[in-house]
Amino acid sequence: MFSNNGFIILLTLLIALMASITPLPLSFDAFRPDWILIVLVYWCLALPSKVNIITAWVMGLILDILLGSVLGVHACAMALSIYITVVNFQKIRNFSVWQQALIIGVLSAQYHLVVFWLQRFLSDVVFLPSYLYPVFTSIILWPWVFLLLRRVRRHFRIK
Amino acid sequence: MNPIFNQGRSPAHRLILVLCCSMALIFFDHRMSSFETVRGYLQTMVSPLQYVANAPKQIMNWASTNIVTRRQLMQENQNFRENELFFHEQVMQLSIVRQENARLRSLLASPVSNEIKKMFAEILSVDGDPYSHQVVINRGTNDGVYEGQPVLDEKGIVGQILHVGVSSSRVILISDISHAIPVRIQRNGLRLIASGSGQIDRLVHNFVPHSADIKTGDLLVTSGLGGKYPEGYPVSRVVMVRSDESREFSIVYSEPVAQIDRLRYVLLLSEEHAISSASLKKNIDSLKKSTAAGKP
Repeated sequence: MFSNNGFIILLTLLIALMASITPLPLSFDAFRPDWILIVLVYWCLALPSKVNIITAWVMGLILDILLGSVLGVHACAMALSIYITVVNFQKIRNFSVWQQALIIGVLSAQYHLVVFWLQRFLSDVVFLPSYLYPVFTSIILWPWVFLLLRRVRRHFRIK
Repeated sequence: MNPIFNQGRSPAHRLILVLCCSMALIFFDHRMSSFETVRGYLQTMVSPLQYVANAPKQIMNWASTNIVTRRQLMQENQNFRENELFFHEQVMQLSIVRQENARLRSLLASPVSNEIKKMFAEILSVDGDPYSHQVVINRGTNDGVYEGQPVLDEKGIVGQILHVGVSSSRVILISDISHAIPVRIQRNGLRLIASGSGQIDRLVHNFVPHSADIKTGDLLVTSGLGGKYPEGYPVSRVVMVRSDESREFSIVYSEPVAQIDRLRYVLLLSEEHAISSASLKKNIDSLKKSTAAGKP
């Protein structure tokens, strides 16, 4: 993972972690996009040999610790979403950016639903539509993150 | 050159592996209380990340407190002076009332309530996770924080300590769905349980009989019964009482008085004996150190 400037990947993932825990006003907080999922999906599409399900699971676990949820909940959901990406990466790569954004929406929705189901299984939380707001922000964010990370990848020649 | 066909395990194998790991973790974390210490270590490990993620907010706060005009500062000072005078007057009253209370309690042969130590803490981060209401504060075992310690702001009870790390710890808020706190109505002493609802502005009271004397606007204070929270701190105010006779119990909702969504500084309370044992230990440690240093 660290050969050919691979540490840049780790750096982007760390920044994504930061972005997903920086304090925001409560009204914006419900709209916080799934930074880690987006960044992981990008690297999975670009370099599936470097970033895989195990990476996703570890990132999910760190997120679990940071968010204080039951360990393994976000890890499990993240691994499932990335699994879908990894299995179909050849197809998703060939889509246009906007089509990819829609797929990100589906992945993000799936991620949030898996997290919700697991939480529902563990404690009696009730579903609120606001749990799915991040899906929309993630869709909007994808093209920009995609372009940025592609530039980063080409600039540092990460292979 | 990257190979077209990935070597190593197939994605499906990896997925099964990590899913098994997740299930095991969920089981251990949810079912076993001994996992708390592991959570403490993990909390310590990730606390640098939290400090860094909190930096932008800190900078903004720093800027907003430093970039003020002289006039504003003078105005603020004036307000503080007035408040101080006001509070001093109340404290004078309070000390008399406290003495009187202690005397009455000793007359009644009931135990005199302990002194309560307070510790100041700042909120480091608030979770983005909508399913749990938790915040992280900048105090840990180094400062003598312990699990289950009550946390409050200037208005009322906020929550209690959930996991303790070395330099940061996690507070579960009273509005979290897995939290409940024993309360009583200040007006008539009726005991209730306030459970979190998962919504920041609502606590739910289950099993309230229709005959209970409870009205909207009633202030609920801690009853001190669970042994976690000291008695008499305000918790919430009743906002809705609906007694529908077709149901078994009436529906009662209340709203926390603490500004849970606008927390910045909090107070940690600890019973005198807990802190005294900690300080005793510290004293002994320092004594040991000094004697060790004194040896040739």
